[in-house]
Amino acid sequence: MQQEQLSNLRANIERRKLISAVFSGLGLLIIFVSTLILFILIAQMMMAGLPRITPQFFTSFPSRHPEEAGILSAWVGTLLVMLVTALIAIPLGIAAGIYLEEYSKKNWLSAIIEINVTNLAGVPSIIYGLLALGLFVYQFNLGQSIIAAGLTLALLILPVVIVTTREAIRAIPNSLREAAYAVGASRWQVVADHILPYSFGSILTGVIIGLSRAIGETAPVITIGALTFIAFLPDAPLQANFPFINFNWLKAPFTVMPIQMFNWVSRPEPEFEVNAAAAGTVLIVMTLGMNAVAIYVRYRFRKGIKW
Amino acid sequence: MTKPEIKSESVWIQAATPKKIRNLKETIIEVILFLAAFSSVATTIGIMEVLIVESVHFFEKVPLIQFLTDTVWSPLFANPRYGIIPLLSGTLTTSSVAMFVAIPLGTIAAIYLSEFAPPRLREVVKPCLELLAAIPTVVYGYFAFLNVTPFLQTFLPDLPSFNMLSAGLVMGLMIIPLISSISEDAMRAVPLTLREGSYATGATRLQTALNVVLPAAISGISAAYILGVSRAVGETMIVAIAAGLQPNLTFNPFSEAATITAYIVQVSLGDLPHGSIEYQSIFAAGIMLVILTLIFNIIGYFLAKKYREVY
Amino acid sequence: MVNPIFPSMMSNIKEFQPKAEVRNLDFYYAGSNKPALRSINLTIPERQVTSLIGPSGCGKTTLLRCFNRMHDLYAANRYEGGIYIDTVNILAHKVDPIEVRMRIGMVFQKPNPFPKSVYENVAYGLRVRGEKKREFIDYKVEEALRGAALWDEVKDRLNTSAYDLSGGQQQRLCIARALVTDPEIILFDEPTSALDPIATNSIEELIGKLEEKVTILIVTHSMQQAARISDYTAFMYLGELMEFGQTKIMFQEPTHEKTKEYISGRFG
Repeated sequence: MQQEQLSNLRANIERRKLISAVFSGLGLLIIFVSTLILFILIAQMMMAGLPRITPQFFTSFPSRHPEEAGILSAWVGTLLVMLVTALIAIPLGIAAGIYLEEYSKKNWLSAIIEINVTNLAGVPSIIYGLLALGLFVYQFNLGQSIIAAGLTLALLILPVVIVTTREAIRAIPNSLREAAYAVGASRWQVVADHILPYSFGSILTGVIIGLSRAIGETAPVITIGALTFIAFLPDAPLQANFPFINFNWLKAPFTVMPIQMFNWVSRPEPEFEVNAAAAGTVLIVMTLGMNAVAIYVRYRFRKGIKW
Repeated sequence: MTKPEIKSESVWIQAATPKKIRNLKETIIEVILFLAAFSSVATTIGIMEVLIVESVHFFEKVPLIQFLTDTVWSPLFANPRYGIIPLLSGTLTTSSVAMFVAIPLGTIAAIYLSEFAPPRLREVVKPCLELLAAIPTVVYGYFAFLNVTPFLQTFLPDLPSFNMLSAGLVMGLMIIPLISSISEDAMRAVPLTLREGSYATGATRLQTALNVVLPAAISGISAAYILGVSRAVGETMIVAIAAGLQPNLTFNPFSEAATITAYIVQVSLGDLPHGSIEYQSIFAAGIMLVILTLIFNIIGYFLAKKYREVY
Repeated sequence: MVNPIFPSMMSNIKEFQPKAEVRNLDFYYAGSNKPALRSINLTIPERQVTSLIGPSGCGKTTLLRCFNRMHDLYAANRYEGGIYIDTVNILAHKVDPIEVRMRIGMVFQKPNPFPKSVYENVAYGLRVRGEKKREFIDYKVEEALRGAALWDEVKDRLNTSAYDLSGGQQQRLCIARALVTDPEIILFDEPTSALDPIATNSIEELIGKLEEKVTILIVTHSMQQAARISDYTAFMYLGELMEFGQTKIMFQEPTHEKTKEYISGRFG
């Protein structure tokens, strides 16, 4: 190669490498700045809400006076709704995931089910609210209640639980399955004795993440008719006389944390902004806390299993 | 020790429970599991039923033509008008702003994570992006209304306190991880030998990423974009809080407007007697939303098919 | 030209002009303390076909990929020693791997055309270095496709997808892609192992024509192929170079024990 050709070539290479390096820096910058913006926003909110975060905040009902308004009905409502959601979504989702991975045959019915699961994952959450309003609240006559909300949110996070379960089950090597079948185990025995225990950690992680999503869902719950100003708690589930458990709370009116925050954000009085910030802080701590628990669970279970 | 006596008929090992009962138990279990899986189909059917039935009631009272062509949406006024176009313009404008943010930033982030980032950096950086997707949307709404809008107003003093720009920008931020993670998966699935073929001709990392990996992953990346658009179109709380609840036929992001989803929330906050036209109107709005999402999905499917390369 | 390791094999090597010299090359894969290549000393003759043969795992592909610094793409690989081309050690840190790859081309085991048209696949090597002049690119693309014996088959469908071509045509396309930048050396990594016999034959004929202009280094699993197409052969075993010489002579009268055993099929 002639000298001039060579130096032209080298200049060209240097220029292209520079552009490549600049792009790489840009990519990192974008990720860094996005995360930074998020942290700044969260920090702002926490600082704005700090004055209101006192023990009274957690034990007071909402009120027209911002200093006295608290999230008691909201977090109790969230807890109860989450209970219903978990009790429905977890068994339903895991069972569906098991069916799709271990039992289904390759026919048109399974294809339809799979398409539906994928589809439902993309349906806007407010549509689930409409479903709940028309079907659960009125047609099934469940009323604007905790059980309607729990059912709705369960359906909302069902695709998440199903997909997580399927991936967890798929990660189990076939050789383990075949070993179990080879000693004469039936299909359900293989699932119950081997598949589920091995995939338990991953499934749990996915369930926790799904529930953390459900905690923050506002739109479907508003659509059902959760009230934004609730100054009472549902009946307690445990009672003094027979049969010691009552289910009135399931049909009680209620509110949840995100709706309480929404309500305070929508108020024109600036003092309520502090309440909104405080509620938002609690909400973020709940959500991120659950995500952290999920990651920890995943980490612990990964360590335990050696294929 | 005496040898156990072997019966004359061959006898296989007896299970604890007789075969018939075991089979019955297995079948029952399978049916239960199937029903669980079928619940997803039931959900879809439920959604369609509810939307269609109530919309039909609505369209008995409001002609479809008026719904699709009237330019005013004021169902709660004395003289109610039911033109969906203002709600559509609100939805499309906020979603466009969001995609203007999420698509370029998400794609660049995906290229960086897939082609440039060293594995250990990836492990640290990816969870940061995932964090953006874990924040409840009502909190994002708070950010948009109480932080972003005042911030924008410092150099856009005429910006109204409810505006589509803040809502769109914050939505975009929220959607970045969705686009970036699916696009990244699509790019990582491109076989190594294609990349090596590019490097072997003297290309840089960026040239290989843009000229070879990106085109090869185009169908996965367009799926990511479509998912992002669907997410933006279906978003409720951010727009309800930051863009306001006032229907406004405009494509100017610097103004207040209501989206289809915000309308549904607004009506649900009030009293909704079952069977009233207001009640039915939210289902009509809902069906519009579903159709909009469907249109985007179909566009995306055909775009992906056109540009997909099979290798 | 001296072969310092195997002076007794001088009779095996006729006079040739050296293109590249491998000197004391050791290579370590990332995180490993055992060298994959051990003290390789080898001279590659200019404008001849040299084949690298040996059983699986002997390091022939590893050695091939040193020539165009492919190993640099994956972190923590390590070279010790050098490969000298025109007195420059192309493995040195200060030498840019991109420059090396622009002057040394590679054809891979499984044809890997880009998801682009036939024309754009070949033009890629030029576009990558910023070439914009349409007539120049047209000219070079046609020249490369002729050089790869593919022009007549694709001249009417330059804008169709490369994936519409057959396996053999795709591989020739990849050869054209390597040719378009006028490389000094072309590396072939088992180029016909994924092709049927007819396609294999056309590639082998092509290689025979190419050696008039370009130095060729080819890794092959098939001894018969090495015997058919190469002028010189290097036999490798467990990361070391066992023997090097003129193909004809080495196959008839191998000097080293292991070479004898491999060629007679005692192991593979």
